[in-house]
Amino acid sequence: MADKEAYCTFRVDDLYFGVEVRQVQEVIRHQLTTRVPLAPTVVHGLMNLRGQIVTALMLRHRLGLSASEDDSLPMNVVIRTADGPISLLVDEIGDVVQVDRNLFESPPETLQGEQRDLIRGAFKLDDRLLLILDTEKVVHIAA
Amino acid sequence: MGENLLVPLRDGDLKFNHDIADGLLGMVDALRDILGNIESDGSEGTTDYEELSARLSELLAGNPAPSDSQGDSNAEDLNEVEGSLSEDEFSEVVSELNAPESDAESTSRPKRIQATPRPPKKSKKKSSQTEESTAGETEVAEPSGCAAEDEVAESTEVAAEAVVAETADTPAPVVAKTNNQPAEVPAAEASAKTSSGGERSSSLADSTVRIDVEHLNKLMNLVGELVLARNQILQFSSTTEDASVIAASQRLNLITTELQEGVMKTRMQPISNAWSKLPRVVRDLSSSCHKKVEVRMEGADTELDKTILEAIKDPLTHIVRNSVDHGIEAPEVREANGKTPEGTLCLRAFHEGGQVNIEIIDDGGGINVDRVREKAIEKGVVSADHAAGMNDRELTNLILLPGFSTAATVTNVSGRGVGMDVVKTNIERIGGTLDIQSVPGEGTTLRIKIPLTLAIVPALIVTTGEDQYAIPQVSLLELVRLDGDRAKNDIEFIHDARVYRLRGNLLPLVYLDEQLGLRAARQRDDHDENVNIVVLQAEDRQFGLVVDAITDTQEIVVKPLGPHFKGITAYAGTTIMGDGTVALILDILGLAQSGNVLTEHRDRALSEGSGSSSDRQNDLQSMLVVDPGDGSRAAIDLSTVARLEEFGESQIERSGHGEVVQYRGQIMPLIQLDGGYGGGYGESEGEAECRHTVVYSAGERSVGVVVGKIVDIVHDRFEKTDGEMPSRCVIQDRVTEVIDLRNLVCQTYPELIGN
Repeated sequence: MADKEAYCTFRVDDLYFGVEVRQVQEVIRHQLTTRVPLAPTVVHGLMNLRGQIVTALMLRHRLGLSASEDDSLPMNVVIRTADGPISLLVDEIGDVVQVDRNLFESPPETLQGEQRDLIRGAFKLDDRLLLILDTEKVVHIAA
Repeated sequence: MGENLLVPLRDGDLKFNHDIADGLLGMVDALRDILGNIESDGSEGTTDYEELSARLSELLAGNPAPSDSQGDSNAEDLNEVEGSLSEDEFSEVVSELNAPESDAESTSRPKRIQATPRPPKKSKKKSSQTEESTAGETEVAEPSGCAAEDEVAESTEVAAEAVVAETADTPAPVVAKTNNQPAEVPAAEASAKTSSGGERSSSLADSTVRIDVEHLNKLMNLVGELVLARNQILQFSSTTEDASVIAASQRLNLITTELQEGVMKTRMQPISNAWSKLPRVVRDLSSSCHKKVEVRMEGADTELDKTILEAIKDPLTHIVRNSVDHGIEAPEVREANGKTPEGTLCLRAFHEGGQVNIEIIDDGGGINVDRVREKAIEKGVVSADHAAGMNDRELTNLILLPGFSTAATVTNVSGRGVGMDVVKTNIERIGGTLDIQSVPGEGTTLRIKIPLTLAIVPALIVTTGEDQYAIPQVSLLELVRLDGDRAKNDIEFIHDARVYRLRGNLLPLVYLDEQLGLRAARQRDDHDENVNIVVLQAEDRQFGLVVDAITDTQEIVVKPLGPHFKGITAYAGTTIMGDGTVALILDILGLAQSGNVLTEHRDRALSEGSGSSSDRQNDLQSMLVVDPGDGSRAAIDLSTVARLEEFGESQIERSGHGEVVQYRGQIMPLIQLDGGYGGGYGESEGEAECRHTVVYSAGERSVGVVVGKIVDIVHDRFEKTDGEMPSRCVIQDRVTEVIDLRNLVCQTYPELIGN
């Protein structure tokens, strides 16, 4: 087990992402959010998480993807950051998976632009790639 | 004495042995006795500690510590003084002794402190002086205190540990404790301690607990959650018929409210926490400037929310440094001006109307307005004409502008002109205001007004674009609603800017939905059905914020905004509404700036705003036109009218020789307007169904003036025909008597209005 790592996985568009389990505070269903006019488009709104006000970021927008086509409500992956919890809105929640550390590889040089900054690398799973998000960078939005 | 012993012990000059341990423990016991006595009956007790001190001296005798003689003589001095002087004189001696002794050996200090326990029945002023003396010493005495704590606490039984720690920790808490003022303990230690009010029955040391601020914040959040849950249950219980559910939810309601108040209270701390460092700052600074300054503190136990306390610490330090550096003159100058060579800096804090006022008063030279004026013109802040028209108060407040300094040279203390601007910004950030009053030659007073707590503020809830927003009520002036035709006609244009005439003054309108980018800017021919205007005050300007609907007023719990919204000036924070949704709190200043109500040139707004508004008032006057009851016309200056009310005949009661009504919890006397202005109304008195009353308020009291009919409100330029009594003028083509409401009320009820 020493060379295994646990990742909380989720799907955004057709991409399969993972965040270290230790960084995830909780995963909750869709919550009512209050929009914040004038805020960057990435900010979906504010939600009330048991008395704490948590900023919800639309991960699709953050990754430069277009808005979801279907009507299904996004799920919240609440991650811990230096500035308190922040919720990432994702399309679908996956399992918590244990992956072999040896399967990790840095993103290829051909991946350019902002996406490259946000992705630490990928685990080469049998059937697909598990992309690991750099949460620090994802939640940091230049105003 | 015991502490004298500890110094060589710590330094390794003396070896710790049984005898010494006995002596020290004996001293601890004695101290505890003294403390106990003071707690129970306020005196030091009658026990003689000669023997103990002799033993301690013996133990020490083998070690000729250099400071011994000094320490002893000091102590003896003080003991003598204590015996012969009154309390007031005594505390003066203490503070005097403190000032010149900064270089004295540290060992002499603890000794002196030991000799200073005093009865608790002292005035506030003196408590602040004690503060002063202790704060200055805390640092010096710390090293020996640590050593003492280690050695003594180790060999003492657990129950007494708290007391030992307190007594041995630093001398400051000893003094504080012996004064039987638990509030001062946290002051000296700058820790988050709660005090339970100091019941005499239980030991003071046992009645306080140190709590991590984190825990408190967590509790606050949980209570906030509980309040929300309660609101939901209350909503639910209002739909049910079940009596037991209703009773239970009401109990829940009560308990939650009390719990909330209780938790809020734990966050309150005396302002002395922020003040405790200031005497030291002043002392250091005054000696480096070769000035003599005495610090006085009043109302050091005034309580403030912890976050606010943190926020004002730095601005306060800066203001105090300013006062010492610029305000108070050198001793020679002071003497030449007929003042005492020693300047006084007075810090005063008190509660007033839900706010805390902090005043920093120095008796220095005051602000030289002429120099401010010169400097302002030189820097191009104001034009020469403008400056000539400004009054002293406006000029004084110019020093709050960024980059403004009258100091001839930049010193390492001040003169860069940055400070006061930062102070003002910091204070405004926490919703406070800063005001300067200065009398040349006599001194300067800085008055800071800050809210009691940031955590919970009253707010107006408005709706725009289906979202709810909260507006802090501090900046709220009034609400205006225009329906139908009035919405179309009363909003006028100056080019594309919409304005509304509010009692003759032009009120610029800012549309909230446009400001928030929720809809494109309105075109000239776009008309809204109804217009709700929230009249707000931003700095010295008024503007109307147009919102879709005004919902409610509510006490809201303010929560900070996340880092993603730092760049947006429109919001001051967030809050959670009763139904659990999140609402944004609007930052009025930010909105005013983005709506171009406030320009960057604060100074211009400042001077022009005050100048032009008074001009306008001279030009235009609003008059309330009434019919006194006989068909004639009378006019009352609208600015003297507090309210217009109607009272039914049944509401009017007789008392003594006049008629009164119950109005807002007061008894308000009524005056018949026709009494002095022609008859006629008296006959129809019995028939009138309800009486139109013009309410005039003077301070707390109100007087109603009963008129026959309210006719109209007109805004115009009125020229009074002087010399005639009563004065008359022509309003709407009719001769109208102008009534001075104040005079009228004065004639009838001189005792109500006073002067």
